[in-house]
Order: sequence, then structure tokens, then C-alpha cells
Amino acid sequence: MAQATETSRDKIDILHFVKANIRDYALLISLLIIMAYFQYSTNGTLFMPVNMTNIILQNSYIVIMALGMLLIIVAGHIDLSVGSVSGFIGAVAAVFMVQWKWDPVISVVICLALGALIGALQGYFVAFYRIPAFIVTLAGMLVFKGLALTVLGGASVGPFPKEFQLLSSGYVPDFTTFQLFGQPFNVLAMLIGVIVTALIIRANVKERSNQLQHSMAEEPSMIFLGRNILIAIGFLGFTYLMARYRGLPNVLIVMFALIVLFTFITTRTTFGRRIYALGGNEKAAKLSGINTERLILLTFTIMGALAGLAGLIFAARLNVATPKAGLGFELDVIAACFIGGAATTGGVGKVVGAVIGAFLMGVMNNGMSIMGIGIDLQQVIKGVVLMLAVFLDVYYKQKAG
Amino acid sequence: MQPILEMRDITKTFPGVKALTNVNLSVMPAEIHAIVGENGAGKSTLMKVLSGVYPDGTFTGKIMFEGKEQKFSAISDSEDIGIIIIHQELALVPLLSIAENLFLGHETAKMGVINWYEAFARTKELLAKVGLNESPDTLITNIGTGKQQLVEIAKALNKKVKLLILDEPTSSLNEKDSDALLELLMGFRSQGISSILITHKLNEVTKVADRITVIRDGSTIDTMDCSDGTVDEDRIIRAMVGRELSDRYPPRHATIGQPVLEVKDWSVYHPHHAERHTIKGVNLTVNAGEVVGIAGLMGAGRTEFAMSLFGRSWGQKITGSVKLHGKEVDVSTIPRAVDAGLAYVTEDRKTYGLVLIDHIKHNITLANLEDVSKKGVIDDIRELQVANGYRRDLGIRSSSVFQKTGNLSGGNQQKVVLSKWLFSGPDVLILDEPTRGIDVGAKYEIYGIINKLAEAGKAVIVISSEMPELLGMSDRIYVMNEGRFVAEMPVAEASQEAIMRAIMRS
Repeated sequence: MAQATETSRDKIDILHFVKANIRDYALLISLLIIMAYFQYSTNGTLFMPVNMTNIILQNSYIVIMALGMLLIIVAGHIDLSVGSVSGFIGAVAAVFMVQWKWDPVISVVICLALGALIGALQGYFVAFYRIPAFIVTLAGMLVFKGLALTVLGGASVGPFPKEFQLLSSGYVPDFTTFQLFGQPFNVLAMLIGVIVTALIIRANVKERSNQLQHSMAEEPSMIFLGRNILIAIGFLGFTYLMARYRGLPNVLIVMFALIVLFTFITTRTTFGRRIYALGGNEKAAKLSGINTERLILLTFTIMGALAGLAGLIFAARLNVATPKAGLGFELDVIAACFIGGAATTGGVGKVVGAVIGAFLMGVMNNGMSIMGIGIDLQQVIKGVVLMLAVFLDVYYKQKAG
Repeated sequence: MQPILEMRDITKTFPGVKALTNVNLSVMPAEIHAIVGENGAGKSTLMKVLSGVYPDGTFTGKIMFEGKEQKFSAISDSEDIGIIIIHQELALVPLLSIAENLFLGHETAKMGVINWYEAFARTKELLAKVGLNESPDTLITNIGTGKQQLVEIAKALNKKVKLLILDEPTSSLNEKDSDALLELLMGFRSQGISSILITHKLNEVTKVADRITVIRDGSTIDTMDCSDGTVDEDRIIRAMVGRELSDRYPPRHATIGQPVLEVKDWSVYHPHHAERHTIKGVNLTVNAGEVVGIAGLMGAGRTEFAMSLFGRSWGQKITGSVKLHGKEVDVSTIPRAVDAGLAYVTEDRKTYGLVLIDHIKHNITLANLEDVSKKGVIDDIRELQVANGYRRDLGIRSSSVFQKTGNLSGGNQQKVVLSKWLFSGPDVLILDEPTRGIDVGAKYEIYGIINKLAEAGKAVIVISSEMPELLGMSDRIYVMNEGRFVAEMPVAEASQEAIMRAIMRS
């Protein structure tokens, strides 16, 4: 009898918790449903190793920019210039490496610094002159779109040196020549996958035990267990697929490291906390002794550097810098953040949400292309998905009162 | 005589909570009826039921108006029959004129084209009725809160009001404006218009109300008739809190020590109008363990003085010197002021004090993240301990420190803001209207916290528009008027009359 009430209370706890966090789960569940749907409708093409690898390569630059954009949106601003800036940096990189034959490493460093500088410049006007970021970055969007054209002289410039191409087309080399089902199987990739999975689960367990010790654990244990099992399946399954193609792309490593870094920044550091406070109530943050201007400047600088990195990755992937590179990227990046649950008013948003949002868009792009849906209809569907995601967000918030 | 309004057995439940239980309220024609109760007692919920914010069917009970049962499905239904509510947060558009605001939604228009002559003429009429001498095309943003309140009332008059509901109308007004507003209500009474007055200021209640209904924990406790002469503030408070409040200001056992804060020749100009000399050479000293009050009318420059002192967060061309513990310190930016040991608790905690969408824990540590972090990485456990400590010590009533501050009552919000500043480890605390909009019980707790601070040797400055509070809490009072300190008196020599005299004579 006592046991029965105990379990029924547990059930209520689980239900209550799921209800309170419905937004987070809804997002993940939608991604899974969409993946399952495309897996079915593309006759299994979606989860083919080569296609999974492609999805990563195609979306890495969007994901990377979404990380910076999340900080900016949480801070209560927006950056419309990221597409143009990434295109411009790609163009500059082409000039450096192709036309001037500069060393790729030096070129990359300078390009990243230039991206940061551009971000800082825009952030300066937003932070210190309080010009709305919408205006500043709209201007930036035009300026750098134009500058990219100028730098390239209206033509495509390429190809890039081999070393630079590796940024996007390279894979972490394997140390064995192991074969599985008569196909080469990248043991290193699988090994890394296992290690990362173990590390993540260890970190989760450690955090959980810490929380339990201080009785601040809100998550019911069943959900905790289920979540970790899902993480394990997801990571191991994913690396297994990658291992069956050519292993882990270099870009994936960069992207993953950045996701971890930005998750850490937003959840554990004073810098991250202050950005949430700034977006939540700028006046209160300021009166709490937070240097809000410097904070805004920093977030835009980070965004600039990430836009630069994304531009490099995109250029390396195409192996040519074109005047059209980066066109419309800002829309995908911003959409990823909002689908991921960031609030237009600032102060709310999670890195993992933005990443899932970006992949949700990426998987839809990929799946619809494989199905042969025209680009016209694809846009419509993506627009509807964005609207639906934000609508549900607002709807549940209103219901919660 | 038949009541103009009767609410019978109103019960309203939200998921998980019963906000109102069988509440009864009757208002007579030409009556000023006060509703008092602690924050969270259910006053606002009751008014939302009455005005149709919660439509018929979402609660049980009956609403009778002028003898007929009413079922409102929206606010416009209650407005149509003459029930007008004026909320605490005024619903005016700042950058539109008085006339435009008055007729917003009810424009004097034909086929959508506005007749401005008629609008202006009627605006003048309405403004005369509420005793407001302003041009109809003055922008709302250019008139003070007191006058904005009058515009709201004029708006109600325009809608042929029969029952006017005012939610905390005087909480942001100074004494003079408050009195004028209450006079106006009495004028309406003689014209046959009834009013429901929701307020925390008991002196106002006893001054103007014909009857008083006390609500506690969602139930009507008592309806008192003021005409029989047995109603006084103590009786009301007893009914409100359900216990005796033997003393409204708890005793303090602090020893007053050396000067902690010394401000000399502080002078500040208005941030937008460089020629306006707002603070004209103020000198102030606060000693360890001392509570110093700053009295003054609205617009005397008290908040401006405090904010300019706190990291120059207000004004320009600021001159003067600030000494802490006898040493000159740099307080030119907010971070520097915080580091030097200043803390400023703002008068508007929702706009300037709290991140309302974030929870208690994050708000408490916001001004001093350094102490819960190492090299920029936050120690979650330490932060939680800090937050739980303040929640316990200050008695913040919430389900946990993970509750959003936006969902807390005014008193508990104020305790969170105080926690934030206590955690920053200040030597000097400037509290700007620390009990505004807070109920009697929570006020008492806030006073207790102030006493503890003084007893711990902090220097405390209290800015308040409620003179009894200043007289009850301060050791010494500065009187401010038009940017100057015009008098300084130990509390033993101070009285409301002495303070008013000092203001009037200056």
C-alpha cells in the first residue's frame, strides 16, 4: 500500500517535471520525429553514414554561428550581419591564400581576428551609442556584402591550398585498417565516441550526486536515467555511423569543442550569467554593478569571430570564395536560436536548444532535398516550422501564466 | 437603501490554489468603500473578478449591480455599465497627449476621422472636473505621476462612471497629491459616485472611507462601519494580519559609532537638461550603526541624489567628495561604488532591482558573483548555500530559491533585492522607499532587517515619502527640498509638523 502511493507520487513528479520542462523535450522529440519521418520517406538514406557525415558538414557553419547568436539574442540584441561577414571573411581568406599566397595558418589567424574586429566595431555602436543592433547590423549586412564583392572583384577565387581545404574536407585519420562487414571501419572515431559518451555520463552522474547531496535535484531519477540512456544511444549510434564512412570530420571536432565551450560559458561562468541578467533586465543588471556596455561589446566580438570561422569553413568546403557565399545564412542562424527556445525579448535561451534548432533545420533541408522537394516549397515548409515553434513556445508560456 | 454593488459568495480557484473563498462585498451608492488586506490576500483577484478580467464562469458566486445580476465576459462589459478600474500601473501612452489618451478607443470621430475641436473641448471639461490645470495637448510623459493619475480618473469620468475602483492610487504620490486625490474622491461621493479604494495607507482609509472591508487569505474577515467611531488603525491592522502588532517599528539596539560615509558639496546637473542644477551642494554624514532618514516631497531630489552618489547612475557634471571611513573613495562608476562598499536599493524594484524572469538564487548573487566563483567559473553549490542562507535569514516566502522573482509578492521581492545587496557586503546601504507597495506584515519584517543592519554596524540611509516610517525608523533626519538639505534634526526633535515646516520655510 505504502509502495503503491510512493510510485503514484513518483508518477506525478515525473509528469510534473515533464510539464515544467515541456519546451526542452518538445524540441528534442520534434527532431527525433522529423528524423524518423525522413528516414522512412527517403527509404533509409537519411541515416546512411555518408549522408550523416554530409549533414554535419553542411550545417557546421550554421551551428557555429548559432552559438554566438544565442549569446547575442540572450543579451537582448540581434545580429543580421553574420551571413555577410562570413562571406566577406571567406573572400578575404581567398585573397590572402590564393592571390597573395600567404601561409594558411597565418591567414586563418588574421581572418579570425578580422571577424572579431568587425564584431567589436558593430558591438561598439550598439553598446556605447545605444543604436539598436537591428540597425547597426543591417548596415553591417549591406557593407560587408558589398565589401565581399569588392574584394573578390565580382568573381570567384580559388582553389585554396590543400592544408586549408582540410579544415572542411579532412577527417581525423585512423591508426588501424580494421574492417567491418567488409568495409573500412574507423576505430579511432568509435573510440572517441565511446570516451566522450563516458565522459558526458560521468559528468552528469557527478553533477547529479552533487545535487542530491545538497537536495537541489529537481529531475526525477527515472528521467535522469532515461536521459542518459538516450544520450548514450545518440552519441554511440552517431559515431558508429561516422566510423562506417570516413571517421570524424575535422569540422565536427571544432564544432563539438565549441558547443562544449559555449555550454560551459552560458551555464557555469559569471560572464554567461551576466549576459542572462543583461537580457533579463538591463537596468537591474547595470545597477547591480555589471558593466553592461563591455558585456555587449564582448558578445558581438565573439559573434564576429565565429562568423569569421564559419566563413572560413564554408570557403574551405566549397574550395572557392564566391561573392554569393554567406547569403541568407543569418536567417538560418537566427531561426535556429528561436526554434531552440530563445526569447525575442532576451534573457532566455540555451546553447543545446540552438544546436538542436540548427540541426532540425539542417535535417529538414537534407531530407527534403533527398525527397526531391523543390527549393520553393522547402522555404515555405521551413518558414512554417519556425512560426510553429515560436507559436508553441508563446502558447505554452501564456498557458503557464 | 439598496447597495449599488453586491458580490455574493465569490469563490475563485487557480490550479492548486484557492484564491478567494466565499467573499462578500457590498458597496452603497455614494460611498467610499476601502478594501484592505496584506499583499496576496486576494484584493486584486477580487477586483479582476468584478471588472471582468476573469470572465463569468471562471469563478462561482453572484455579482449584482444596481439590483441586476451581471455576467461579464470581458472588461468592456463592466465598463459599459459604469464600473471602471484604475490599476496601480497606469495604462497611459506616454508619448501621446492628454486629449489623445483620454479618448483612446473612444475617439470623438465620425467614420474614423477625429474631431479634434470636440476632443479638446471635452478634455478641458473633464480636466476641470478633476482639478487638473494642464493643456489638453501636453504629452503624458511631461506630467508627473500625480497628474497622470488624475488623467486616468478623467478618463473614467468620460466613460460615465458609477463605481470607480482605484488600486493603490496613492502609492507613488506625495502627501500633497495624495490629499488632492482623496479630496476628489470625496467630491465624487457628494455627486453620487461610489468608489472602491484599495490601499495600504491606513491613515487614508480612516480619513475618507465610509466602510472598510478587510480581506485575509482570500476570505472576508470583517466589514467595518466608520460612522460608529470604533474604527481605528490598530483595529484594522489586527483584522488584516490576524495578530496584534504591538509596535509598528521594532526596537533597535545599535550603538552609533564613527562616521562611515561623508559626502561634501555634492552637486549634480540634470542628465538631459544640462542647465538644470538638480542637487545643489549637499553635505551628509552617516555613522556606523546609524539609520539616517531623508525626508522630502516628491521631486525634492532625494532619489536623484542617491543615484548620483551610487556610481553616477544619474545626472551629469557631478562634483563633490565622498569619504568612506575617513578616506576619499572613487565612486564614479557603479562597479567602483559597489567595490567601495555602497549599496543602493532602488525605489522601483521591478524595473531596476530584479531580473523578474530569473529565479531567486540568480538574483541574490548578481551583484557579487565574484564571491561565488573562481576565475569566472560559478560554484553552484556555494551559490545555492548563499541563496538558501538569505532565504532563511530574511524569511523570503517561496517554494524554493528556484522560484521566479516575478511570481513573488512585493514584500518578498524586496527581501530578494535586500539579500542581493547584503551579499555584496556593503558598509553603506541606501534604501529608497524600501516599503513602497508592501503590506503591513512584510513592512515590519523589512524594518527588522534594517535594524539588524544597523546593529551590525552598517550605515543606513532611508529615503521615504511616508513620514511616520521615517520618524519610526531613523536616528536622524535630513529634510530635502529643491535639491538642498534644508534641515537636519535628531529624531527626538523631529515630527511631521517640524519636517513640513522646514520644507515650507525653505
